[in-house]
Amino acid sequence: MASDSVPIQGAIGLPEESGRTWSETLHEWVITVDHKKLGLMYIGMALVFLVIGGIEAAIMRIQLATAHAHFVSPEVFNRMFTMHGTTMIFFVAMPVLFGFGVYLVPLMIGTRDMAFPRLNAWGFWITLFGGLLLYFSFIGGDGLYGAGNAPDVGWWAYAPLTSPAFSKGHSTDYWTIAILIAGFGSVGLAVNLVATIVTMRCPGMTAGKMPLLVWLYLVMSGMVLFTITPLTAAQLMLMVDRYLGGHFFDTQAGGSAVIWMHFFWIFGHPEVYVLIIPAFAFISEIVPVFSRKPIFGYPIMVAATVAIGFVSLSVWAHHMYTVGMASYSNAFFVLTTMAVGIPTGIKIFNWLGTMWGGKIHYRVPMMFALGFLFQFLIAGLTGIMLSAAPFNWQLGGSYFVVAHFHYVIVGGILFSLFAAFYYWYPKMTGKMLDETLGKWHFWLFAIGFHVTFDLMHIPGILGMPRRIYTYEPGRGWDQWNLLVSLGALIQTVAILCFVVNMIWSYFRGRPAGNDPWDAWTLEWAVPSPPPVYNFATIPEVLSRRPLWDAKHPEDPDWKYE
Amino acid sequence: MRIARCSGLKFHLPRLACVGLLTAHCFAAPNSTSTSIFAPNSTPADEIFGLSMFVLAVTGTIFAIVFSLLLYAAITFRKRADSDLREPLQIYGSDQLELAWTVIPVLIVIVLFMTSARVIHSVQDARRPPGTIEVTVVGHQFWWEYRYPQYGFVTANELHVPVSDPAHPTPTFLALLSADTDHSFWIPRLAGKTDLIPNHPNGTWIDPHDTGLYLGQCAQYCGTQHAKMLLRASVDSRADFDRWVKAQQQIARDETAHSPEAMEGRRVFNATACINCHAIAGTAANGRFGPDLTHLMTRETIASGIALNNAAELRRWVQNPAAIKPGSLMPSMNLTDKELDEVTAYLLTLH
Amino acid sequence: MSTQPLAITPWTLPSRGRVGMFCLIVAEAAIFTIFVVAYIFYLGKSVIGPTPQQVLEVPIFNTVCLLSSSLTIHFAERALERGQMASFKILWFLTFALGAIFLGGTALEWHRLIYTTGLTISTNLFGTTYYSLVGLHAFHVIVGLLGLGLVMVLALASKVTEEHAARVDVLSLYWHFVDAVWVVVFTVVYIIGR
Repeated sequence: MASDSVPIQGAIGLPEESGRTWSETLHEWVITVDHKKLGLMYIGMALVFLVIGGIEAAIMRIQLATAHAHFVSPEVFNRMFTMHGTTMIFFVAMPVLFGFGVYLVPLMIGTRDMAFPRLNAWGFWITLFGGLLLYFSFIGGDGLYGAGNAPDVGWWAYAPLTSPAFSKGHSTDYWTIAILIAGFGSVGLAVNLVATIVTMRCPGMTAGKMPLLVWLYLVMSGMVLFTITPLTAAQLMLMVDRYLGGHFFDTQAGGSAVIWMHFFWIFGHPEVYVLIIPAFAFISEIVPVFSRKPIFGYPIMVAATVAIGFVSLSVWAHHMYTVGMASYSNAFFVLTTMAVGIPTGIKIFNWLGTMWGGKIHYRVPMMFALGFLFQFLIAGLTGIMLSAAPFNWQLGGSYFVVAHFHYVIVGGILFSLFAAFYYWYPKMTGKMLDETLGKWHFWLFAIGFHVTFDLMHIPGILGMPRRIYTYEPGRGWDQWNLLVSLGALIQTVAILCFVVNMIWSYFRGRPAGNDPWDAWTLEWAVPSPPPVYNFATIPEVLSRRPLWDAKHPEDPDWKYE
Repeated sequence: MRIARCSGLKFHLPRLACVGLLTAHCFAAPNSTSTSIFAPNSTPADEIFGLSMFVLAVTGTIFAIVFSLLLYAAITFRKRADSDLREPLQIYGSDQLELAWTVIPVLIVIVLFMTSARVIHSVQDARRPPGTIEVTVVGHQFWWEYRYPQYGFVTANELHVPVSDPAHPTPTFLALLSADTDHSFWIPRLAGKTDLIPNHPNGTWIDPHDTGLYLGQCAQYCGTQHAKMLLRASVDSRADFDRWVKAQQQIARDETAHSPEAMEGRRVFNATACINCHAIAGTAANGRFGPDLTHLMTRETIASGIALNNAAELRRWVQNPAAIKPGSLMPSMNLTDKELDEVTAYLLTLH
Repeated sequence: MSTQPLAITPWTLPSRGRVGMFCLIVAEAAIFTIFVVAYIFYLGKSVIGPTPQQVLEVPIFNTVCLLSSSLTIHFAERALERGQMASFKILWFLTFALGAIFLGGTALEWHRLIYTTGLTISTNLFGTTYYSLVGLHAFHVIVGLLGLGLVMVLALASKVTEEHAARVDVLSLYWHFVDAVWVVVFTVVYIIGR
């Protein structure tokens, strides 16, 4: 790719700074407001919490591998599932997805940083503080050998289990305050991303010419503004109950346990769309590049995502089919839940249409993307099963649900994240991740994932509820639980491959250059890693694929859009 | 370039095997410890099963079609080793195709919604025929209280209901209340689960077709011993059920005259805090915090299903509940060995 | 591509500050909505204790003050845009004063409720939801007053010029939001709820 025919100018050659001490480097990272560094810090923090959340999962799987096991006490197990869920949602999934957004969006829209760089830094540090506060619960207060340890009320913290009467000590307070604080960080990030995308796009990049990733992050951030905040409100109410003697959820004083459920799930359901939409964003960038075709049906993809944003606000009570709502209420939520499955599901067809007639290169990012497509299909279909309220009366609250949502989060979001890691790691570090180790990572993880989460549906069908620290033998659950636990072991090995790959490749990986994948969006026009100012001159674009236009001046996209 | 065979059979064998195993398992004859949702034996569970099979058929068809298309695309359109460097034809979309694959899912959703709504209404809005048995279930941390208002007695942890003849149905309607936190009543073979929420009365119903023992457990996390809040429903013939009711309606027979040890046990029971939590009809004990013990020995298990109801287990339980069920709200009263033997002897008289 | 004329009309996008503040307002509106829903849900459900009809007095004066402050801040902004610094300072101070009066009035009302009628946040469901909702709003008024106060101090030190009109505009957006929330809270608590 001859640089003089590409109007997007990369770096001005500045000499590398050398001879910096480690404390100067540390200082630079601590005070940084650069979106790229902050993006990496979000991702790094999420990876650390991923390992911790994984250990919590491993502890649970060892305990559940056999009936009536005594690996951990019920108190410890109950803390494990609470912390595992809380950690994975708030301190792994949100930060890592925000991290990629914060890193990529300014580059993809041709600007130098986010709209509010200091708010960006504040968001990171406050989220990190929230995570540390949550884990301090293990040792704070009367922790370790006393009561009032890590929270053990489940990550939904249903009332009245969280009332002072049933949750003595401060364990529930750690849950409430840590997430409250992290929630402020998330809202700050969302404000920042919306403002960046709306006000800082480079000339020519109208709304219809933004990369799909940018559109999806815009919708996701907009959703965060009214998704996280109901949880914030509910947690403020819980604090009023626990500290000021309030009665929001005090059933003894006429309060309602059900209203906590409503508030929580008004947050909780759109939240999972907040998590999946960035995963869609990665797939929407990766599948086209490796199929060598543009995304099929860009306008519909945008419209479907916006539709998901709105419709997802009306489905929350499908988590509450068993709480005794009237039949017409249940039916309403069946309808809305199935309806939101339509814009979600048709995206699979759009990705399929992108692959169709293409020339698919099966490099590691595409392998993970393909895994995502198959697995998200299945996850969506088990979701349809769960949306049918009567079917839900049997499947809900059982290991079928646990299997379903792990299928979405691990089989969907995590696979998409791995694809994103392998795809953008070269841009972020300047080195390619090793392809062989990547394939080991993929295959081991895929096998482990399927052994665990395919089989996990079965105990659910056989009547095994969730959140139990042990189970009775003779109900037919034993052998399935054992196999599920073995799959977790395989996944652990796969993650090890991934971590080794990331570390090894940083030092010994093949140099990536600007554009190792022959891709089409603006981030591939700058060096890897990008200079701190991103672009020497702010680019001007005419289509959704500016680098395609540059590489194919005889057949540019703007003729067809 | 090496082509990854991630679309090969290797990739999908685990899933195919699991489907096969699952099918085999589902259609195996259910024994009395089965809690499979695919072995229904009561109208609500039957209706749910019918809907489930329909939903599975629809989603299974969608899966087969889309899976095949993905597989086909993944294999057919891969870059071959011998292909040139030209980019394939750049297609941006197709309005007709996108319309089609939006309209068809809309139609599927309408069908699934209608069938679901029908079952929702049929189960939730069912009427009570004459002859309905009414039971009030109160969820506690971590045991089940059963009140039979039509017959005027209270029992715990083991539910007895009559079998229901489809010609003259005698279903059991269960009012669901909670004394503390959220619980959920789930016996898969009899009905879907319904939650017990304080300050929010709920209801469910069952009409078992066959006699036998039906198992389940609490399905909403309620605290430390949520896992051990088991459900046992004994579906009896009409005659057996009537006999059981009659026995439960009696106040506690005083059999301690035959056994000095039991008489001493009753004294310990009354003098220690036992009577503050437990009730024994016809005696001074009328506590409501713990299970009613009037006819304790008519039950097969204790501690909501996790231990057999015999002398050894009873003694172990009274000595230290936390040894069997750590986190149980019954405290150990630190009785001496002699007192334990006496109390156990007394409890064994409560038929 | 370098030979194509750039057919891009003047490239203007909205201002960062306005978009950011708009987003913050959406987020805050969601929080208030949940508190309002809880308030409405629990109307009439208190098991014991005073009811709204028994103890609430409609705060007409406070409301007039707060809503007028939206007018004064609007005119203050206009004055700043035109460089009329004296008018700007007077109107800005008026805005601050009206907001402070509202806050003082709320404090007085709460004093009466707590000490005369015996309604606290832990008395009953009404107490819990009332103090939480009105308190959340009052908290936002305090934050607004801090911002207004900061600008006032800077204005008195003659550091504020018409170049800052955009930033002042962003702050006044927040203040208008606080007033709009009060319209909703007032309607729900003092009109519908009684």
